[in-house]
Amino acid sequence: MYDCIIIGAGISGCSLAFELSKYSGKVLWLEKNNDVADETTKANSAIIHAGYDPELDTLMAKYNIWGNKIIPTLCKDLDVPCKNIGSLVVGFSEEDDRTIEMLYKRGVQNGVENQRIIKQPELSVMEPNLNPDCTSALYAPSACIINPWQFAIALSEVAIQNGVELRLNEEVTSIKKDGDIFIVNDTYKAPLVVNCAGVMCDHVTGLIKKPDYKITPNKGEYYLLDKSQGNMVHHVIFQCPTKIGKGVLVAPTVDGNLIVGPTSTNTDANDYSTTSAGLKIIRENAVKSVPNMKLQENIRTFAGLRARSDTKDFIIGEDKDVHNFFLIAGMASPGLSSASAIALDIVRMMQEKDYFLNLKKDYVSTRKVVRFKEMSHEQRKEYIEKHPEYGRIICRCETISEGEIIDAIRRSPKPVSLDGIKRRCNAGMGRCQSGFCGPRVQEILANELGVSQLDIVLDKNGSYILCGRTKENGDE
Amino acid sequence: MRELICITCPKGCHLKVDEENDYKVTGNGCPRGAIYGKKECTHPTRVVTSTVKIVGAEIERLSVKTNGDIPKEKIFDVMKELNRVVVKAPVHREDVIVSDICGTGVDLVATKDL
Amino acid sequence: MNNKYDVVVIGGGPAGLASAIAARQNGAKSVLIIERDKELGGILNQCIHNGFGLHHFKEELTGPEYAGKYIDEVDKTDIDILLDTMVIEITPDKMVYCSSSIHGYLMIQAKSIILNMGCRERTRGAIAIPGTRASGVFTAGAAQRYVNIEGYMPGKRVVILGSGDIGLIMARRMTLEGAKVLAVVEVMPYSNGLNRNIVQCLHDYDIPLYLSHTITDIVGKSRVEKVVVSKVDENRNPIKGTEMEFDCDCVLLSVGLIPENELSNELGIEMDPRTHGPIVYENMETSMEGVFASGNVVHVHDLVDFVSLESEKAGMGAGRYVSNGEVSKNRVVRTINGDNISYVVPQYVRKDNVEKSVELSFRVRRPTQQVNIVVKDGDTIIAKFKKEHVVPSEMEKVSIPKILLEKADKELVVSIEEDT
Repeated sequence: MYDCIIIGAGISGCSLAFELSKYSGKVLWLEKNNDVADETTKANSAIIHAGYDPELDTLMAKYNIWGNKIIPTLCKDLDVPCKNIGSLVVGFSEEDDRTIEMLYKRGVQNGVENQRIIKQPELSVMEPNLNPDCTSALYAPSACIINPWQFAIALSEVAIQNGVELRLNEEVTSIKKDGDIFIVNDTYKAPLVVNCAGVMCDHVTGLIKKPDYKITPNKGEYYLLDKSQGNMVHHVIFQCPTKIGKGVLVAPTVDGNLIVGPTSTNTDANDYSTTSAGLKIIRENAVKSVPNMKLQENIRTFAGLRARSDTKDFIIGEDKDVHNFFLIAGMASPGLSSASAIALDIVRMMQEKDYFLNLKKDYVSTRKVVRFKEMSHEQRKEYIEKHPEYGRIICRCETISEGEIIDAIRRSPKPVSLDGIKRRCNAGMGRCQSGFCGPRVQEILANELGVSQLDIVLDKNGSYILCGRTKENGDE
Repeated sequence: MRELICITCPKGCHLKVDEENDYKVTGNGCPRGAIYGKKECTHPTRVVTSTVKIVGAEIERLSVKTNGDIPKEKIFDVMKELNRVVVKAPVHREDVIVSDICGTGVDLVATKDL
Repeated sequence: MNNKYDVVVIGGGPAGLASAIAARQNGAKSVLIIERDKELGGILNQCIHNGFGLHHFKEELTGPEYAGKYIDEVDKTDIDILLDTMVIEITPDKMVYCSSSIHGYLMIQAKSIILNMGCRERTRGAIAIPGTRASGVFTAGAAQRYVNIEGYMPGKRVVILGSGDIGLIMARRMTLEGAKVLAVVEVMPYSNGLNRNIVQCLHDYDIPLYLSHTITDIVGKSRVEKVVVSKVDENRNPIKGTEMEFDCDCVLLSVGLIPENELSNELGIEMDPRTHGPIVYENMETSMEGVFASGNVVHVHDLVDFVSLESEKAGMGAGRYVSNGEVSKNRVVRTINGDNISYVVPQYVRKDNVEKSVELSFRVRRPTQQVNIVVKDGDTIIAKFKKEHVVPSEMEKVSIPKILLEKADKELVVSIEEDT
């Protein structure tokens, strides 16, 4: 018997598990994939928005503003890359100027602080590579860039350290209720259930009642450019939303790359494919903001899914029909910016029901990881003398050592895939896209997990990398 | 007249072989082209390069080659034979791993020190 | 092992081996090679096929044999070697910072540095092939390492994109190891590999080559299940209605190589956007005095023999630099792309540093028959060379005798003129 079962280990689940783990109470956490942060959380714009975008008086507005205030500190505590670089919504026309004016007012009403409308020539000073035809921009200094999957993983690592029980590869296929107690997958019992299943939220709600909302996965495709392009802009550059669409953003990433995208197309929950049409839209639009960017310096294209609800807002809190069944649903943008605040609010709601009232005496709320790259020459020398495995550089592009990889594998949740390692310590994130380090990471992973190299997958279950050994069919 | 591309060196000369006239080769940049042209039309041969299992070394495969041309039709016989070979380290470059492989009269030799 | 060397060579592949030996023979008293792998030889170790060494050793060798011969030479000298050691940073004052689990974090002071880091493969990302993120997509070189060094099979039914030599070699290699290679797909109307490899890797095994085609979609939820191949028009855009599907579990990419210049960029030496490598003088010295570069880090070669040759030049340059000092920059001519030329190396020639002749390496933009390679300065023709055919996949070289070079004042414009 548990006190609470969390369904889903994306940013919403990770944030909630982290907050709940500070309190006395048994928490079970179920995730269908072999790792946390393996869907929407790993493929998005990686931005903590300022909060002028959501409509007034929406949950999106409330949690975005709140989240924006707490996430930078949280990231510092958890040793997660997060940089407060601010954002610019840039305009090219009088119509755009009106939109910027409107966004500014909405920002003020939502509670965004220190916004400013910037005109030329100041704009070109702030962003020399911006299209000189840009006439004005809404500057929101509180916007941040973040590493979303490391954020989620850090939250999950601390949650597990505090005693949350995570079960990976456990898809929720049934939820029943016996009196006040939920029975999940005919096995796990708890009085509280939280559904934060991302694009599958409506499906999970459907296991206990007829869902009263619908999630439509909406795909966004991206380019990720080499670090040679990372200095192209210094803020998150948005285009003005128009009747045709929201435009594409251009932003540096915390790792020093340049992210360009996204598109927006409705699709199904398993579709992570990029398309030539989508990539074309990005190429054509991105150069409007930053004409000099070199898209041929691309190192990866990818697609992510937004869990868009037909209610056009987040769905947060207790289900109106099913007592003690909580929802963190419809977590489309600004979901990443809001998840931390939502988690705090859900804990408050549970406390109102007399659950999770007592803080644990010795809970952990911080984390520290070793990053070879960030050390000075002297620190490296000293550290490697004590820990030689940090001296062997496995990923040349990102300068990631064997020690960092082993460290990531020994933490829980344990990565079992190449991408799991990539998400935790950046090995394979660089311009060669693991061409060089992939086989080595695979070997380290196999050694640490005590399995054959053949068992190591690229990402999700079934994404096997190798299909056998050479010289093994001698008798055929 | 048969047209061939010489594979003896990276230059890749375009050869013409006169099958009616004792396989006379034209278009070759060097004497090796003439030999290749005739051979390719009469009994084509190749050098096979591959690996065999090795134990006791830093890596698990040893690179090997046939120490001379073998008939083209024997390539897969040789490959099959290689599946059965397990070598113990240390091995030196040019060490014979299998002599007279598949009755070709050609030895299989190591191409690397392990 | 100490922390001060006359010459430090970054990389122990074919370029590094040749330049280290040459540096030691030409005046450098102490030479160190730093190699990131556990053995010397670089990429040659996984190139187990033959075809190497015809120019240099006058015999046909496999990659490991070619490397082995050079390693034997190095072993006969007092050149120091650091294996399993990654160079992290090089600074303009010629400090080399490197890291190893065995040797720790080292800071080595060099008088001269030779950059021999080689190149890396272009990836799926670089060419933005649409489709899912399924596993089973490898660069041909990564697959080659799996098969030849580690003994693993990356796939059973294979489609190869790109007809560069590594792609062709891997088509044969995968076939020999029991995989079915369904197609080699090339976006250009001509192959980028050597003719001999088309014959002995594709024709020998009846593997079809689709020219003017490309992969337009990769399908598969967790593992590659299928690729869509389309014909392309003259602008390399896919033509609708020409789609073919191949059921495969593996895609190998042989879509080009890029000089590996992270360290060079951080060091701040001048780069050439045409080659993606450092700008070099006639003796392979870069824009930074005493820093040399050679091999694939400067421009991608197709024959290792020429990498060795170029690296001997760099090694000699470095050896002479540490014994004789800086070369005079009084009379410098620049090399320039003329018609149908994509790049020329070296980018600058210091006339006073040329003894007998200077060699220019270059590539053409498009295949052409019956040509004259013409080297001019303004209207003055410096030299002219007849050639039956030139193709982009084969690096061309011409040698200009000092006496002719003296006729050039400012520039050496290399161009291809069709012989009419």
